[in-house]
Amino acid sequence: MPDTVVGTAAGPDRALSVHRTHEDRSRAGADEMVQLISPEGERLEPRGAAEEYAGHVEDVTDDDIRGMYRDMVIVRRFDSEATALQRQGELGLWASLLGQEAAQVGSGRALRPQDYVYPTYREHGVAWCKGVPPKTLLGLYRGASLGGWDPAEHNFALYTIVIGSQTLHATGYAMGLQRDHAVGTGEPDRDTAVVAYLGDGATSQGDVSEALVFSAVYNAPVVFFCQNNQWAISEPNARQTRVPLYRRSSGFGIPGVRVDGNDVLATLAVTRAMTERARSGDGPGFIEAWTYRMGAHTTSDDPTRYRIAAEVEEWKLKDPIARVKAYLARTGAADEAFFADVETEAQDIATELRTACRTMPDPEPESMFDHVYAEPHAVVDAEREEYLAYRAGFADETEGAGA
Amino acid sequence: MSSTSLGKAINAGLRAAMDDDPKVVLMGEDIGALGGVFRVTDGLQKDFGEDRVIDTPLAESGIVGTAIGLAMRGYRPVVEIQFDGFVFPAFDQIVTQLAKMGNRSNGHTRLPVVVRIPFGGGIGAVEHHSESPEAYFVHTGGLRVASPATPEDAFWMIQQAIACPDPVVFLEPKRRYWDKGEVPDGVSLASGEAPLPMQSARVAREGRDVTLLCYGPMVRTCLAAAEAAAEDGTADIEVVDLRSLSPLDVPTVVASVQRTGRAVVVHEAPLTLGLGAELAARIQEACFYHLEAPVLRVGGFSTPYPAAKIEDEYLPDLDRVLDAVDRSLAH
Repeated sequence: MPDTVVGTAAGPDRALSVHRTHEDRSRAGADEMVQLISPEGERLEPRGAAEEYAGHVEDVTDDDIRGMYRDMVIVRRFDSEATALQRQGELGLWASLLGQEAAQVGSGRALRPQDYVYPTYREHGVAWCKGVPPKTLLGLYRGASLGGWDPAEHNFALYTIVIGSQTLHATGYAMGLQRDHAVGTGEPDRDTAVVAYLGDGATSQGDVSEALVFSAVYNAPVVFFCQNNQWAISEPNARQTRVPLYRRSSGFGIPGVRVDGNDVLATLAVTRAMTERARSGDGPGFIEAWTYRMGAHTTSDDPTRYRIAAEVEEWKLKDPIARVKAYLARTGAADEAFFADVETEAQDIATELRTACRTMPDPEPESMFDHVYAEPHAVVDAEREEYLAYRAGFADETEGAGA
Repeated sequence: MSSTSLGKAINAGLRAAMDDDPKVVLMGEDIGALGGVFRVTDGLQKDFGEDRVIDTPLAESGIVGTAIGLAMRGYRPVVEIQFDGFVFPAFDQIVTQLAKMGNRSNGHTRLPVVVRIPFGGGIGAVEHHSESPEAYFVHTGGLRVASPATPEDAFWMIQQAIACPDPVVFLEPKRRYWDKGEVPDGVSLASGEAPLPMQSARVAREGRDVTLLCYGPMVRTCLAAAEAAAEDGTADIEVVDLRSLSPLDVPTVVASVQRTGRAVVVHEAPLTLGLGAELAARIQEACFYHLEAPVLRVGGFSTPYPAAKIEDEYLPDLDRVLDAVDRSLAH
């Protein structure tokens, strides 16, 4: 029974018992991660790795932090609404971001309007920061579209289901920016960075390695933002890597940093640093945001089968929203009225999302033939005509029956 | 007009497209200083610079994946896959990403990417250098697939593929790279008009008795078979060069078969689920009452492409084509 041996440190087969050792190694870098607000809500004196990045948030005011708090509460609320909508049969699937709000809002808030995002399928918080309305994200999960939005409208590409594919698209887009002289000009409204989001599981994909190679050798202005939420569906970090992920990029010639992904200020700081570096022409960067997926991988998943409750409880103490709320309350930067207003606003957005979801029209069946090609394609066009004629036959029968 | 090889005609077409549109960029392994392993991009990096003729890392998925991003930024990447058998590491990006992005975005994102692949056998190469992967791409909605057979078509079709707003898999018949033909001088798609749209088939030789349907490297073989049959007085063969594999120009095929009453499809790819199977099905649907004989196929076997010393047994040649013509006429 080799399966039972894996993960048992005292297992008889040494070759198979390395599992726990790897896990310890991948967590080892936790001491080196950038953190600016403690889980208890205290603003920390920058130490170690944080010293390099703290300067990037010196200008951040309490008003900014209130704004980030607001974003995180809204994002969590619409995420929980979407989960509920799935349970009620309104969505076929939902990939929850619960627990990853700080990683997404902190990085999303670091971006300029011209910066371009290549998301996975879980970047609802980044979408919010880029101005994408929450309801826009639902079509894919309701089965009403395959994505559907215009990436150019908010500089936010379509969600990508195939793990890691988007890191190459991001790199190519960044190569285009170089050719457009939109890098390193010193003009704040012109210089542009691309952020490719990925998960810890994606780092095992060949495409991600190829994206690191291409971005490095061409010095492309792309930042890889890896949300290490500890679990790739049921597989832990130890099944993806023997080294902390943020160290992997250095082998490609790309600087890497691990940040406390549940610390919105620290996430903002490192993303600002890395995107600024990219915009100025100094090349790609890699950020590992150390966070935790508090819910299931998707609504089809059952995390109780593979992870222990104590681990989840431990991460609850590091909640990204609670710590900012504690900071704001402790310093007097926000009062109860503010927190209540944010709750109300989040509730209103959730209510609007619910209505938008339930009233979303099903696509016309013949729309499956639309947009497959930009120019007429004789075979697809012929199939559309045949399908319409076939369906029109039923319309005649219905008419006849009703007469 | 001047006499040019098919490989040089593609080079001229690429050059014309790059002159016409500064957004056209070439990407691939060894395409810069070397000019590609078949020299198809010879001299282009020297004239257009390293930003437009990009030597890439040896990573096919990376080449196609980054081309997608460049296209999203407004560029028109033309990527070279060094050999047919090397396209499979890029297969995921071509099939799951390149083909589908336009449809997924409701037409907002268009990816005018050309994937050039030297394909087919007959040059005595080692394994993975002689394959015919067209069926995989024709099977995928969202891609166009085209294959020129003559230098003139190669010159125009590569420019049409680059100008096309859809992704195009452009299959170059590698053993015909050195075939000569007449190619116009001093024109481009911007300055002149191509004789035929990319999606149209061409009747390469008219005949009354049987239609040979072919594309890419098999066109020359089929034309030679037709000449041999004419000399022997055994059959008057019509040869249709498909040129476009997706979409198939079904009306031209049907018109020809309805005239002759007989069809033989010839391709190098394995017969199982190849283009021949598709064509046979469409012909029997459209030409049932015109057919004098079943639609026959001549192709590669449903095996891996064999070692070079026996590839002549695998590849359809003039005799196998004529044997199929005889079987068709025997009905």
